Amino acid sequence: MSVNDAIMDALTANDVGFVTTVPCKQLAGVIEKIDQSDEMIHVPSNREDEGMGLCAGAFMGGKRPAIIMQNTAIGVTINALTTLIQFYRIPLPMLISYRGEVGEPVACQVEMAVHTKALLAQLNIPTYHFHQPEDAEELSGILSHAYMARKPVAVLMDATFWKRQ
Amino acid sequence: MIRSDVLKTLVPLMSDQLVVANIGLPSQELHLLDDQPTNFYMLGTMGLASSIGLGLALTQAKKVIAIDGDGSVLMNLGTLPTIANNPAPNFILLIIDNGSYGSTGDQTTYAGMKTSLAEVAQACGCDNVVECAAEDTAAALQSALASDAATVIVSKCESGNIKVPVIDKDPVMIKERFMASVTS
Repeated sequence: MSVNDAIMDALTANDVGFVTTVPCKQLAGVIEKIDQSDEMIHVPSNREDEGMGLCAGAFMGGKRPAIIMQNTAIGVTINALTTLIQFYRIPLPMLISYRGEVGEPVACQVEMAVHTKALLAQLNIPTYHFHQPEDAEELSGILSHAYMARKPVAVLMDATFWKRQ
Repeated sequence: MIRSDVLKTLVPLMSDQLVVANIGLPSQELHLLDDQPTNFYMLGTMGLASSIGLGLALTQAKKVIAIDGDGSVLMNLGTLPTIANNPAPNFILLIIDNGSYGSTGDQTTYAGMKTSLAEVAQACGCDNVVECAAEDTAAALQSALASDAATVIVSKCESGNIKVPVIDKDPVMIKERFMASVTS
């Protein structure tokens, strides 16, 4: 199974009804599938903090939300994560394209990659690193963990993981 | 009229509606004037009231009013194309535009200078944009509530604030009672 299909299966199995996305090359396939899905509302965001506002509203409207974004977004969403998502205890799985790891062709991406896990740790956000395509099997459990705990949860998916799309 | 005068005229229309209120004085003034379980007060996160309101409107059927400020909309200007391209017929974005950052000392915003938020909203593709004088805001909100079309109202009012206490309610309590009123 492709990792994109595995991600879609996990989203569907967890009754995720609202997904917002900011694109990344590695995410193109899964974003297309989300857009075509009849089971979830897809609202593309212009910036990831805007997306977190949309997700907070969707949660209060009765849908399980998720955000799909690149790890550079951690740099622009710290305020939204702390003062909205964590302060109001809103569950938010973040499916993150982890750019800047081994295999990365763009040097600038490494600059944010070296801070990604440290920032997530500083924010006390449970963080999972998917390196092999098989790691996608854990996603369903991680999603239900996020909704149970009413917390933001980060899933970092690196270049090696995305090789088998 | 200043923002609190405008809010006073809106209370009879908004009391039983789902309202997402912007950070700082808009939330604090609404909390003082008419605290309701149907009000979601933002205690932080400047800029995201319209995004929270849109997410809520897209996922359930009740009308949603997001009360925003000109400074906050300028901070999250990307919200306007998202509102325009994901039409939620039950969504009203009410921008109280006093041309200043009221909660931080009334510094002038660009909306108080050359930038027209109504024209920006139109250029972003929002179909129903109404700019009105402060005293006409209640009538504009009433017709937006009566229509089944996403509406952006820009209410032009004067800069100025009344003295209001900080909201000391727990954020989780605010959220839980709001969610209970969404489903009631």
